[in-house]
Amino acid sequence: MSRETMEYDVVIVGGGPSGLSTAIKLKQLDSNLNVCILEKASEIGAHILSGNVFETRALDELIPNWRELNSPIKIKVTKEKFLFLGKKKSLSWPTWLLPAVQQNHKNYIISLANLCRWLAEQAEALGVEIFPGFPATEVLYNEDGSVKGVATQDMGIDKEGNKKDSFEPGINLLGKVTVFAEGCRGHLGKQLIKKFELDKGKDPQQYGIGFKEIWEIEEKNHTEGLVMHTAGWPLDNNTYGGSFMYHAENKQIFLGYVIGLDYRNPHLSPFDEFQRFKTHPAIKKIIEGGKRISYGARALIEGGFQSLPKMFMPGALLIGCDAGTLNMPKIKGSHTAMKSGIIAAETIEEHLKSNKDLSIFDEKLKSSWLYKELFQARNVKPSFSWGLILGIIFTGLDQILFKGKLPFTLRHKHADHETLKPAKDMPKIDYPKPDNIITFDKTSSVYLTGTNHEDNQPVHLKLKDPNLPISYTLNEFDEPAQRYCPAGVYEVQKENDINKFVINAQNCIHCKTCDIKEPSQNITWVTPEGGGGPKYGNM
Amino acid sequence: MKILVAVKRVIDYNVQIRVKEDGSGVVTDNVKMSTNPPDDNAIEEAVKIKEAGKASEVVAVSVGEEKAQETVRKALAVGADRGILVKADGSIEPLAVSKILQKIVEKEKPDLVFMGKQAIDDDCNQTGQMLAALLNWPQATFASKIEVKDKSLEVTREIDEGLETIEVNVPAIVTCDLRLNEPRYASLPNIMKAKKKPIEQIMASDLGVDTKPRIEQIKVEEPPKRKAGIKVASVEELVQKLKNEAKVI
Repeated sequence: MSRETMEYDVVIVGGGPSGLSTAIKLKQLDSNLNVCILEKASEIGAHILSGNVFETRALDELIPNWRELNSPIKIKVTKEKFLFLGKKKSLSWPTWLLPAVQQNHKNYIISLANLCRWLAEQAEALGVEIFPGFPATEVLYNEDGSVKGVATQDMGIDKEGNKKDSFEPGINLLGKVTVFAEGCRGHLGKQLIKKFELDKGKDPQQYGIGFKEIWEIEEKNHTEGLVMHTAGWPLDNNTYGGSFMYHAENKQIFLGYVIGLDYRNPHLSPFDEFQRFKTHPAIKKIIEGGKRISYGARALIEGGFQSLPKMFMPGALLIGCDAGTLNMPKIKGSHTAMKSGIIAAETIEEHLKSNKDLSIFDEKLKSSWLYKELFQARNVKPSFSWGLILGIIFTGLDQILFKGKLPFTLRHKHADHETLKPAKDMPKIDYPKPDNIITFDKTSSVYLTGTNHEDNQPVHLKLKDPNLPISYTLNEFDEPAQRYCPAGVYEVQKENDINKFVINAQNCIHCKTCDIKEPSQNITWVTPEGGGGPKYGNM
Repeated sequence: MKILVAVKRVIDYNVQIRVKEDGSGVVTDNVKMSTNPPDDNAIEEAVKIKEAGKASEVVAVSVGEEKAQETVRKALAVGADRGILVKADGSIEPLAVSKILQKIVEKEKPDLVFMGKQAIDDDCNQTGQMLAALLNWPQATFASKIEVKDKSLEVTREIDEGLETIEVNVPAIVTCDLRLNEPRYASLPNIMKAKKKPIEQIMASDLGVDTKPRIEQIKVEEPPKRKAGIKVASVEELVQKLKNEAKVI
């Protein structure tokens, strides 16, 4: 069966904040443009996971009257707290001593998934065609090497790669411009960065893994509009990370933890650090008597300015966190992702109308507030490579005193997959067993994500060398995939005294951590059959 | 031959159902909705029969709120020719749905009505049977195989004892089992085409059907949590526990 082809002016890969903003802005600029969005999740929002304290700056530009359009942006931040946690104690840091970028009084507590659902409604009303359940699986190129579009996944392939009765071939979607907006560590974005050397001269990208749980808590513990962050325990001084707790509506809180994937100890389990964090007296007293109703995890960008690749290439743009526009000290990426989407749309409109080169994206970016934000924020994350305490002292100077204008730029020295030390040289960590009240295991957590993949399909987590996990990674690093995967996809099982590396791909919640952290870069995340993965509600 | 297929919009089968705190129902806000799985089998079978040249038209019908249009659209994307949405808000019980379908049947005059054997949200398993009674048509429920004959159908039914094969005269109602077929995926070009297919919208009240619930729902609650399993060290211990604790032997 030959593949069908559909042609659009603009093909957008990914229905998150950046891709949806591109689509909306394009239609506002020229309602005659044919624009489509491909989304791998079964519906818009189902693969979106974010804190989220939302800065409305980009949305104010995109849809100035959003307040009148029944948007899901409702809960204004009313109170802020920052705590340093010791093992049992906690120290409250006065908020006036926080850098301005970490002050949130103009912002809102939202569910980004719901914002995306709402943005999708706005986009569809403008005539954008949105196709959920259709992952873009491959980049298509013209003969001159420029990007021509993408191919969608074949559906109905069995484990061995044979066509099932339900086989439905993917199709080729061609765009005058293709916009890649897959989010952090997009699997096509990764290929494009390599092929077009978009990261030439840049520092290696830095990532974190973020966890989020939604809890329904007792009324007496709930303060709608309260935003709280913590640093310190349970992480040691050398591991970058911290927590968030946002008190949303309906007695719900969004509770989460972010850990830099540049951690060194292969015995560290980000999932268990998060679970353990909840047992701290300052946290436990808030969630005690409550009920966990959602769980999820997703890798996020931490590299910022120094690691931001070139975002244009022949025939295509790379936007949002597919490139890496998150502002780390602000702990926010939605407004910057949306802004990059708006700039992309303006670029494309000029490109199509006046035949200007897509490289004008760069000029537009550099004259935007997005660029200024990322520039000012650039030294924060690398300073934490000196440890939490020095990092905080430096950040205080850099952000409060000099407002990000220090005349030098600290570098990111290593990619995250290079930072693990051999297992034998690092301390083992004894994590407490889950109590199933405050803390949980991975299995019961993944259950809450509604994750499912059609059972009879090829494994979408590809090993370059299938023997490496046992022959090398197990000995050297005690196979850290068992721990860094937040969904328990990877297991080392012993059968008759022989170790076996097992991949439970149907549990995968599409966080991409394995693709980032695997020390030999042996695991490649590719798209599974459309609609697979988590079914997040209001994450 | 014309086939009418009834489809229902339900919470997706992968979603972890959450009961509302006040016990008035389950949470549906921002929850992924899909077509009731056996209804997908019903559509697939109807489309297959049409593709085999044995049916001239497949019409998909759904009863529910405005958003149920998506479910009809999905049916159009996998091969139904046109759609009907009967709009009604709130809880619509099987009796009301069957009465609405009766009106649609009188209007559309199909030879066959297909639907899923039951919906995964309320598990009622009543609509097909009630519709058969209202129309006084033969019914073949839990169909796992359908063979179209001249003026009849040979239907294999999934029953407790195994498989039962019956023959029903057309017109007839068939409710479909998940084993009937493997529903196809909607392809992108077909989703595009489906956007152009017509969906007629009718208000339930215009059909003269009273959709007021006849059943009073008292409370919805979560099933009790199951206790975690235990490991026993020996067969003796197992037998002991089965005898003394579980009291099953």
